[in-house]
Amino acid sequence: MIREIDVATLRDTVARLIVEANYNIPDDILQALRDAVAREESEIGRRTLEQLVRNYEVAAAERLPVCQDSGVAVVMLEVGQDVHWSGGSFQEAIFEGVRDGTKSGYLRWSVTGDPTRMLKPAGGDAPAVIHVDLVPGSDVKITFASKGFGAENMSALKMFVPADGVAAITQFVLDTVDRAGANACPPIIVGVGVGGTFETAALLAKKAVLRPLDVRHPRPDLCRLEAELLERVNGLGIGPQGLGGRITALGVNIEVYPTHIAGLPVAVNLGCHSTRRISASL
Amino acid sequence: MSVIHLTWNTGVNNADLDRLRAGDAVELNGRVFSFRDATAARLTRALDAGEPIPVSLENQILYAVGPSPPKPGQIIGSAGPTTTARMARFLPTLFAAGVRAVIGKGELHGDEMSGFVKSGAVYFAAIGGLGALLAKQISSADVAGYEDLGPEALYSLEVSAFPAVVIIDRTGRNFHETARVQWRRR
Repeated sequence: MIREIDVATLRDTVARLIVEANYNIPDDILQALRDAVAREESEIGRRTLEQLVRNYEVAAAERLPVCQDSGVAVVMLEVGQDVHWSGGSFQEAIFEGVRDGTKSGYLRWSVTGDPTRMLKPAGGDAPAVIHVDLVPGSDVKITFASKGFGAENMSALKMFVPADGVAAITQFVLDTVDRAGANACPPIIVGVGVGGTFETAALLAKKAVLRPLDVRHPRPDLCRLEAELLERVNGLGIGPQGLGGRITALGVNIEVYPTHIAGLPVAVNLGCHSTRRISASL
Repeated sequence: MSVIHLTWNTGVNNADLDRLRAGDAVELNGRVFSFRDATAARLTRALDAGEPIPVSLENQILYAVGPSPPKPGQIIGSAGPTTTARMARFLPTLFAAGVRAVIGKGELHGDEMSGFVKSGAVYFAAIGGLGALLAKQISSADVAGYEDLGPEALYSLEVSAFPAVVIIDRTGRNFHETARVQWRRR
């Protein structure tokens, strides 16, 4: 049975999600920050965390963007294979939704049409990065994120080999967080993508960084590795905003996918404390 | 934790900057000029070419920020700091033009830091991702130049009780470096 969805519904949903994501930090992140205030041993770190919590409370109450960097819109969709889109272009509907919400929500336009900066003016912006997974059925699930670039810029990918193993994954995560330091706006969320090909690892890392903090990996060994990596990341001493302390990260999430017998692609995508994400279903 | 109040009118006082030490919590009161990637590049290009720039940078403080558009009734939209390191390559030229301090976020090491020490400039970090609250510490916002750059335009901003931490002081100490060593588990 084919389900018909007008792309205008998609556009309007995206326009709503971008505004809500930028005004309201996810509950799990706010709760993790409140918990971190109690656990942080450094005074300046505690004070910093308290101010972050206050910023999120004020932004939500007054409906203001939590951060001036409303980022690049990352739109991940699980689309039922029985869905047929009508009324226009699926991609353009998402772009329009981002444009509409950015304007109506007084969000900063943070995307340039030409990454090389050689085109002046850089028109024709595609203001969203879109990932679609086709799944059985006729439901549509949207995960929307506004990804700020302080943390995005400090992300990294490396092609290891099988013999490097979990030890290499661990060291790469620690090195990436250490190098990022205060630039990634700690306390951060660490997304680790392992497997697939070059681009799969990066996409897995993005999915990992957008997984809620209260959802652990269902595989017990990976769940343990997530906990171990979190403890070691928090041993780096970077602390809130790099001012020193115990809370460098709020969580480490890992996603895996089968890979070639010759390879071990690993990507680490960092999310700032303001990792704005929101979900909706159509 | 005590807070040092730093106030200036037309330009920042040298002796006031001398007293600051890495790790000091400060509240800033006075005029700052905003800058980002495109602003810094354009200012530097003009200075290198001996062309005029929109404002005098003599004894001034720069704030690395590209604000959100203001909602009706707001002076400025969300206005937290952006990563200073992206503009580090332009700072020596801006220091030579008179800049005495920079407010931003994130770390500066090696050459990025030695530029500060050589020029006697101070680096303040504001809290990244505090945009909604920091906007309330800005009492006026006017475009002073490069309006075509949109959020990257050169804004003149009056800040009051604007919270920050001294990261690089004039003695060459870097608080991000010492704090990390202090808190690292071995």
